Amino acid sequence: MLDIFLSAETLSSTIRMSVPLIFACLAGLWSERSGIVDIGLEGKMLAAAFTAAAAGAYFQSPWIALLLAIGVSILFSLVHGYASINQRGNQVVSGVAINMLAAGLAVVLGNEWFKEGGRTPPLPPEAQFPIFHMPGFDAVQSIPLVGPYINILSGHSVLVYLAFLLVPLTAWALAKTRFGLRLRAVGENPHAVDTAGISVAKLRYQAVIIAGILCGFAGTYLSVALQGSFVRDMSAGRGFMALAALIFANWRAWPSMWACLLFGYLQAVGLRMQGFKIGDVEIPVQFINMLPYVMTVVLLAGFIGKSIPPRASGIPYTKDR
Amino acid sequence: MSQRGDLPTWVDVGLIPLLNLLLALAAASVVFLLINENPIECLGIMIKGAVGSLKGWSYLLYYATNFIFTGLCVAVAFHAGLFNIGGEGQAYFAGLGAAIVGLNLEFLPWPIVIPLSIIASVLFGAFWGLVPGYLQAKRGSHIVITTIMFNFIASSLMVYLINYWFRPIGKMAVESREVTGAYILSFREIARQFFDYKYPASPLNLTVFLAFFVAWAVWYFLWRTKLGYEIRAVGLNQDAAVYAGIKPQRIIMIAMAVSGGLAGLVAVNEVLGAQHRLLLEYVQGAGFVGIAVALMGRNHPIGIVLAAMLFGLLYQGGTELSFAKQHINRDMVVVIQGLIILFMGALENAFRPYLTALFFKADD
Repeated sequence: MLDIFLSAETLSSTIRMSVPLIFACLAGLWSERSGIVDIGLEGKMLAAAFTAAAAGAYFQSPWIALLLAIGVSILFSLVHGYASINQRGNQVVSGVAINMLAAGLAVVLGNEWFKEGGRTPPLPPEAQFPIFHMPGFDAVQSIPLVGPYINILSGHSVLVYLAFLLVPLTAWALAKTRFGLRLRAVGENPHAVDTAGISVAKLRYQAVIIAGILCGFAGTYLSVALQGSFVRDMSAGRGFMALAALIFANWRAWPSMWACLLFGYLQAVGLRMQGFKIGDVEIPVQFINMLPYVMTVVLLAGFIGKSIPPRASGIPYTKDR
Repeated sequence: MSQRGDLPTWVDVGLIPLLNLLLALAAASVVFLLINENPIECLGIMIKGAVGSLKGWSYLLYYATNFIFTGLCVAVAFHAGLFNIGGEGQAYFAGLGAAIVGLNLEFLPWPIVIPLSIIASVLFGAFWGLVPGYLQAKRGSHIVITTIMFNFIASSLMVYLINYWFRPIGKMAVESREVTGAYILSFREIARQFFDYKYPASPLNLTVFLAFFVAWAVWYFLWRTKLGYEIRAVGLNQDAAVYAGIKPQRIIMIAMAVSGGLAGLVAVNEVLGAQHRLLLEYVQGAGFVGIAVALMGRNHPIGIVLAAMLFGLLYQGGTELSFAKQHINRDMVVVIQGLIILFMGALENAFRPYLTALFFKADD
């Protein structure tokens, strides 16, 4: 029992499971802080996951895969940006369209290119991201009791470390840089920003492009590093969990990370609970699969205090009013 | 800046949606070209497969039955200012109601058990919509995220229930036993039994008439009853509704329950009418199609019926296309659906400024 909830393997898996959530959650953070609601995180992540797996299988290089995945993800965010910024369309509807488009395109194109019903071939080790070992951590492993726990910080894909580095970077950029302050202002009061002679549209486009890049990382990590290939609908609601984490974290970077780690932990526990028994009764695997979704609902239901979104989020900006 | 209402009505509800649809189809053509296919030829196969025969029409109407229900589901929520993406889960969960009543009360005569099963479907669907509605109204949870989560929860829950509750012992296929009491006849069976006519095999059943009736009923409900008025008032302006003595929280919950109940009627078409058993994943994306149908139908029942038939054409055509061209996946339909939502929903005003300019020029 304790083995499932507190073992070093579970915690290590927690870190890995939370990485796509952290990338996606930060993507949502950038976008929503500028006033653009992004329901399409899921779709962009899925599109990136497919592109990365397909490109990885073709070019046998994780870096080309990452680059192309980011490119495709940015393309989708530009569509979202055009619909929300230029056309002043409904941002939630645009996000839903992007999710559907990505899910359909990945399977149609994947089936055409690889003839495996939308799957991509498993990636060989050459197409994998390098693993980073913390210097000196081999010795740590032998320390009794705490050794394995300290060691969970070492030996992950480089993208894992990038995700955790991006958290302080985002927090700092949004709080201390001129760009970050303007971006937040545009999400709270675009009219004021406009009056100051700064382009609202340009700032919002920059924000959605950053969101695109981050979703590119999320998807690439999901298919290349975590799974080793693409299967249909593999994002499995992670984009929405990331949004829930964002709300839970009240649109701030550090709390976002903790929320994503919590969701990652639930997924990790779920993975290890397959076939888990209480006494003689086996807990059906379906209930374990349900756990992260149920927890999302419970957390969103505000048993954690009220969260306040950026004031202008979801409202298209019109100059002449 | 162009305002809505500047343009004549026929442009607003006819020309603009048509132009947007053409744009979506143009984008879909690009996808066909990407997989080395001739878009015109593919479109031809789809249209011929759907409306070129009585069988094609039957399938079209069978799909349209589901889409009318889910389109109305999305529309009722939209009128209350809510975006219900949970039609899929609500329809799936409703299958539970249809199956519980249909399988356990089959000793009753059909005129009793069929209405009871229909009511159970609606109630189960309504419950699955009401919970997110409650969470939105009372706890401020984002309805979009909650309904999506409820789709995932329903999906896992139903796998469990069908597997452990409904599957007869010793049977391999993960499905319930056949519903015999609440058995809604198909067109084929009716033609054979009552008219001695050989109607082509299709899942089209009497539920299609229920769909048209419900479309009318939703129109009556939204535009001719007090509750419908209150729903629309809350959707248009919540603050103004409060001053009119309407309680938005109550209306949000009612709207979500009605919305979920409408999605629940998909279970009638599928579990009682087409499959006669509870199957895994039997909704097959109809809940998501409802979003596109509602957007395209401008949230009005007449528009929704027409849009549902168009999507019926798309689905039946897509099936025929995947038969004719082995390498084209059926998910092509999902791509077209996404494009339609994009161009008819998020980019719906793309042509408006140009058309407004055009019409004002003509007036001068």
